[in-house]
Amino acid sequence: MSDVTETTPTNRGQAIIREIMSGGATRAILSVALGFLVGALFMVFSSEEFLAAAQYLTARPTDALGAAWTAIAEGYSALFRGSVYNYKADNLEAAIRPMTETLRFAGPLIASGLGVALAFRVGLFNIGASGQLLFGALWATWISTRVELPWGVHLVVAVFVAILGAAAYGAIVGFLKARTGAHEVIVTIMLNYIAAGILTFFFRTPELLREADGGGTPKSDAPAESAQLPLLLGSDFTLHAGFILALVGVFVYWWLMERSTLGFRFRMVGHNADAARTAGINVERTFVLAMAVSGAFVGIAAANQALGVRAGLTPDIDGTIGFDAITVALLGSSTAPGVLLAGLLFGAFKAGAPQMQVIGLSPEITGVVQGFIVLFIAAPPLVRAIFRLPPPQKTTVISDWWQKLTRKGDVK
Amino acid sequence: MKLELRGITKRFGSLVANDHIDLVVNSGEIHSLLGENGAGKSTLMNVLYGLYAADEGDILLDGVVQKFKGPGDAMAAGIGMVHQHFMLIPVFTVAENVVLGHEPTGLLDTLDLDTARQLVRDISERFGFEIDPDARVEDLPVGAQQRVEIIKALARDAKVLVLDEPTAVLTPQETDELMGIMKGLAKAGTSIVFITHKLREVQAVADRITVIRLGAVVGEAKPTDSASALATLMVGRAVDLSVTKKPSTGGDAGLSVSGLTVVGDRNNKVVDDVSFEVRAGEVLAIAGVQGNGQTELAEALVGLRVPTAGTIHLGSLDITHSSVREVIDAGVGYIPEDRSKDGLVGDFTIAENFMINRSYGPPFAKGLSIDFANREQIATDLIAKYDVRTPSQLTLAKKLSGGNQQKVVVARELSRDLSLLIASQPTRGVDVGSIEFIHERIMATRDAGKPVVIISTELDEVTALADRIAVMYRGRIVGIVDAKTPRETLGRMMAGATV
Repeated sequence: MSDVTETTPTNRGQAIIREIMSGGATRAILSVALGFLVGALFMVFSSEEFLAAAQYLTARPTDALGAAWTAIAEGYSALFRGSVYNYKADNLEAAIRPMTETLRFAGPLIASGLGVALAFRVGLFNIGASGQLLFGALWATWISTRVELPWGVHLVVAVFVAILGAAAYGAIVGFLKARTGAHEVIVTIMLNYIAAGILTFFFRTPELLREADGGGTPKSDAPAESAQLPLLLGSDFTLHAGFILALVGVFVYWWLMERSTLGFRFRMVGHNADAARTAGINVERTFVLAMAVSGAFVGIAAANQALGVRAGLTPDIDGTIGFDAITVALLGSSTAPGVLLAGLLFGAFKAGAPQMQVIGLSPEITGVVQGFIVLFIAAPPLVRAIFRLPPPQKTTVISDWWQKLTRKGDVK
Repeated sequence: MKLELRGITKRFGSLVANDHIDLVVNSGEIHSLLGENGAGKSTLMNVLYGLYAADEGDILLDGVVQKFKGPGDAMAAGIGMVHQHFMLIPVFTVAENVVLGHEPTGLLDTLDLDTARQLVRDISERFGFEIDPDARVEDLPVGAQQRVEIIKALARDAKVLVLDEPTAVLTPQETDELMGIMKGLAKAGTSIVFITHKLREVQAVADRITVIRLGAVVGEAKPTDSASALATLMVGRAVDLSVTKKPSTGGDAGLSVSGLTVVGDRNNKVVDDVSFEVRAGEVLAIAGVQGNGQTELAEALVGLRVPTAGTIHLGSLDITHSSVREVIDAGVGYIPEDRSKDGLVGDFTIAENFMINRSYGPPFAKGLSIDFANREQIATDLIAKYDVRTPSQLTLAKKLSGGNQQKVVVARELSRDLSLLIASQPTRGVDVGSIEFIHERIMATRDAGKPVVIISTELDEVTALADRIAVMYRGRIVGIVDAKTPRETLGRMMAGATV
């Protein structure tokens, strides 16, 4: 029907982002379930008991099934003990420690996930969370190790500089896209390398950020105590205020995208840049601004990484956060609550992996699960086929209503 | 060849696009399929052409049931289709385009262009097409390109030819030529299905008429029936096709454009030294065949394109180099020709679409935040006042019908305090009921003393609304004439003749 027009996407990339983001909670939950299922297969096939029992599968299949079940149950209960609640622990403190570890890992994932999510909502692929994080962390480290400021002020300034640094680094991407038409994916990937190089250079050069009595390896001093994010639960737990910053970020993100006029314009450009331009929005300037704000959220993750530690920093402080952020944003459908939950889930994976290693399972299984979850999220037709979901609704609401209207026949 | 459709039903989800449609097209007959936009004509033809599989019903050719798995099967069975948007490769020659997909080949699989040229010449001669097989398609006028499409179908021995809204892109003269060709083909035995919503053309050329409405056949009509009888059948109620127009009050100069030149995407002058003036309370219509610079002119007026020369004044205000936002703030309302691309954000709700060009301040914004309460109130009012048929103001714009989408755009633009209205193809793809309503609102804007510029390729719309008509051809204004100028004169001007 030609008159039920779909919006023409301005480019294919935006259309893909929109399709991936349109899945909502159902698909996210199903994808997580499928991811866990794949993880279970890995556990089964890495279980020696199962492989032994499988040799006489036809004779006594119950042995193999039993072994498989044991492997899965042991694997996932280890993950649970390592990330949520250790019911085998001697005291309460040890029992709840895994949960606090999950929150600590989740902080930077949530914050950088919000950054990537914001870019998605504007129709941009921000693959550069890693570079933005490193660049923010670089200047935060400068403040925390090279500048002396009074208590309170020092931390605030350091956090602020982390956010500002990451935002500036993100803005470069938007600027290059707006000015030269360079594709943000290429630009962000290249800027990741540049940021990593700059950071290593700073950490290696004594006049810049290298630790006072360091040797040849690039490393910075530990952040000054006055610039460290305070511990939340006393010195027995490593959970620090970075998680609170991430929660504040979630709220700000929600307000910005759902309530504010700026977020409204961000979304407008993301959905239909042509209509936005016709409505008087400066699309190019919006790209720059959106990338800066996207970087600012990543900056919260930078503050987490640079100021949430008690020891010196090495150039790999971003770990895999930059790329995990993409998966968090995807799984969370780029909404504030979605990113929060996805960040917590992936934080739990990070916290729980060592516990799996304890029982002899490869901790990389969590990585596999994580990868498959995103694969299922990013391949909506696949998940639809597996669960026989209906194709994304095109006409259901309108057609019901259309029929209702047309049955009456006449138009006033 | 006799084509017969029996009980064709096609559903999209719970939407029934075709509801048990029966249609018989006899050999050598021009059968007109008449219906409004969205009535299901194109869906039916896509079923016939093998692009959609019918949920129920049969297609018969000379009494034999056909099973088409794709357009290839349909073509092989003798069905040819000329789409509304041409399926030609612009940089290929006519001969190359005609044989594309079934190229005659010589030794070692080389392309045998001589055979292809001869094929084109033969068909051209037989039907008097006058097409040079070696001309590049992009150099041909639109009417000739359409003939290439027809040759393409005939080269594959099409016995049933489907023409989908073929006159949308033609001047009145080209339309007449096409009708001559259709009659010639029919006389030679080709069956023709002529899809259109233009009553005048149906009356001129059809042997029989089938009217469909909301996916179902509502009746047959004769070409001798009156236009209003046909319209009534098509729309399902009595239609008043005329617009009541009070004489223009003719106030002060509202918009003056002088020597405006715009360079297009391919570095050519798409708007060339255009000057005109629109007074307050006057409608100036810009007529012309699609693609003669009207789109670019409109975009230059609202700040979307930067003119290379000339000036645009709104009253005494120079808006030649103003940004889109400044132009909007100066009170220029703009209804873009492609509403789903430029006029609406499909994934936004209706309420959100009302505020897309006013997100910076009151009434839609309070400080940095959206004023949700105010927006809800305004949206409720506008939906009622502009008769937008929707279950809720939170319905996504893309879920609305074309007519209702257009009403959202019209409501948004006309509800502001305007100093000028620019409406580009304001009723394209809009049902008749909405056309009347939109025309009414535009005239009300004029009568409220605003200058109005209408850009339209539909001559009926132009003559109905305009006080004066400017005709554009290849980026220039050929002439500005009175609205009572006869159609024939306007048609000649649309082909470039000066008055």
